[in-house]
Amino acid sequence: MMARMSPAPPLWQEKIFEVLRKGGVEQIAYVPDAGHSHVIREAHSDPGIHGVVLTTEEEGVAVVAGAWLGGQRAVLLMQSSGVGNCVNMFSLLEMCRFPFLTLVTMRGEYAEFNPWQGPMGRATQRAFELMGITVVRVDDPDEVEDTVSAALDNVFEAGERVAVLLGQKLIGRKKWER
Amino acid sequence: MNRLDRREFVASLTAAVPDALIVSGLGSASYDLFAAGHRPGNFYLWGAMGAAAPLALGLALAQPDRSVVAVTGDGEQLMGIGSLGTIAAARPANLTVVVLDNGHFGETGMQQSHTSLGTDLVAVAQGFGISDAFVGTDVAAVAERVLARRGPTFAHVPITTDEPPRALPPRDGVAVKNDFRAALELPTF
Repeated sequence: MMARMSPAPPLWQEKIFEVLRKGGVEQIAYVPDAGHSHVIREAHSDPGIHGVVLTTEEEGVAVVAGAWLGGQRAVLLMQSSGVGNCVNMFSLLEMCRFPFLTLVTMRGEYAEFNPWQGPMGRATQRAFELMGITVVRVDDPDEVEDTVSAALDNVFEAGERVAVLLGQKLIGRKKWER
Repeated sequence: MNRLDRREFVASLTAAVPDALIVSGLGSASYDLFAAGHRPGNFYLWGAMGAAAPLALGLALAQPDRSVVAVTGDGEQLMGIGSLGTIAAARPANLTVVVLDNGHFGETGMQQSHTSLGTDLVAVAQGFGISDAFVGTDVAAVAERVLARRGPTFAHVPITTDEPPRALPPRDGVAVKNDFRAALELPTF
């Protein structure tokens, strides 16, 4: 496979990977998004981490539960459109009280061009909360590291279920013309 | 097609792989696993349809030195069918997915499922990239694959539509999780 030249990732994305790696995360399951691209790349190049590409986000809820059952910390990366796909699968987390950390890049908000991202983007926070998952949100790049690190402690030290919403402004305007 | 008795198959398989970690999909597969005798290395699902295979994947990656088996039905696997592609991509050598296929949704009144309406699960698994996908009517052959850990492996087990008496595993997911982790010498959290 040819390595593709890519510009340096935003610092906040580098910080997320550092927090996950230092926090002992050994499985990173994902449906890709541009905002997760650095973490996904690092997950596949770090020999201590399994990067698990999913066909749909709900698989990832089960993968991270299975990882915990076997003694590993895992995280699920997705974009807001994937949260609705997970709803019934979230019952696994409550029923067994699995620790659960997910990082969600938001669509359907800041400078959104594609109206089809709107409905699920507007329902993302409530969908998590309906299923008993605590939501924290971050829009300031300088606060990403601390927010993710605090969520990771909540999850793996206190056994909580936490979703971190990464606001669309962090990712910036999407270029539609190429 | 030679269709087997589900209870006999699961009992023979679990007896042949006593150290394997086993995840069962909701409905009859969980009853079959429990009827074969409870062990702390069993994890029974009662819901989260479609979770058996991907949950077993996360477990298999976390426990590479143990054989991990997902035992589920055709309906449960169909709901999480994409997880076969996810398993093929992750390539866990220690994971075997066993689908007990009666061609019907047994728990909801025996409506026909896709596997009796044209879907060939072995072809699907191979198409997703699990090259070791086969009809597992010989329990010894399935057990040999589980123990060999050179997978991932997909075993398709045609079974009859008989519904044996229900054997209900514990429904307290927290207790089952904690027992399972304790068997691996892991703390509750």
